[in-house]
Amino acid sequence: MSRFNKGKKEMPELNTSSLPDLIFSVLFFFMMVTTMREVTYLVKFDRPSGTQLEKLARKSCTSFIYIGRPSTDALRSQYGNQTKIQLNDAIVTDASEVYDFVMRDRNTLAEIDKPFYTVSIKADHETPMGYITDVKQQLRKGYALKMVYSATKSDKN
Amino acid sequence: MGKKRKMPGLNTSSTADISFMLLIFFLVTTSMDTDQGLARTLPKPPEDEDAKNEMKVKERNILNIRINKDNYLMIGDDYVGLDEVKPRAKEFIANPNNNANLPELKPKKCGILGTRMVTLNHVISVQTDRGTSYGVYFQVQDQLVAAYNELRDELAKQEFGYKYEFLTKEEKEAIRDVYPQKISEAEPKQYGKNM
Repeated sequence: MSRFNKGKKEMPELNTSSLPDLIFSVLFFFMMVTTMREVTYLVKFDRPSGTQLEKLARKSCTSFIYIGRPSTDALRSQYGNQTKIQLNDAIVTDASEVYDFVMRDRNTLAEIDKPFYTVSIKADHETPMGYITDVKQQLRKGYALKMVYSATKSDKN
Repeated sequence: MGKKRKMPGLNTSSTADISFMLLIFFLVTTSMDTDQGLARTLPKPPEDEDAKNEMKVKERNILNIRINKDNYLMIGDDYVGLDEVKPRAKEFIANPNNNANLPELKPKKCGILGTRMVTLNHVISVQTDRGTSYGVYFQVQDQLVAAYNELRDELAKQEFGYKYEFLTKEEKEAIRDVYPQKISEAEPKQYGKNM
């Protein structure tokens, strides 16, 4: 039986040489399917839910407008508890700044992408329509005519 | 000299750790949420602030949905609930019985479906008060899109035997010609005050 017991057999070490490749491929997957987080949210928005939603086609050609109440106590003491509009990383007090915002944002796009410029409105479902209307009027003024009412998918049909 | 030294292999055992750190960095800083929503096209701004060239639309061709500041819904002259929006909209868009109060049917060339009688000039207008909550407005919009989608699905099944989403580009175009989505995004009026 000496043939089977040639000394004490050591457990062979696991070959980990392909582990970096594995992790790298996971990394590349995530780099491709995700996008950089655009901004930190200064307003709290609980989007309405709908059943007939479409996916946003070109995220790179999209600007986001956030509408809701300030999210933290510090912001509330600064801006009050009323509904506010957030553009990029700042809360603006007047809807007319949306006009400058879309003009500036659209100009950063390449010329061929400009027709696809879309504005996505992420607004809280309790927002009074007045704010939405003001924003929409500014978008019209700036000829940013493609827009999306951002929402979450609801399960019930 | 002369003796060729064998190059020692580079120790790569930490590459895994490095790539792990990169991976975690990307997981933290990126977000995967695909944005979804209802896409709309706004009308062009009026050329002149004063001269409001309001489009002349016949009374029967327009479906007025109003939402007041207390989130009550009106279609035409009736108070309705949210669940009535879709059937009312479907009836309005299709006008299957050629009702005189619903939009007029006009012949139109619809791609491979040939010439059909469709409600060419119908418009659905949703008007809100400044105090209406966005959630309710959105639900109404959602129901209207649902009405269009259901009509398109029904027609697609009837003509081609498949649901709308499985059709070819040409067939989809024809169906869209029969039921074009016409939801007006026109500016609101301050009507809610005297309701």
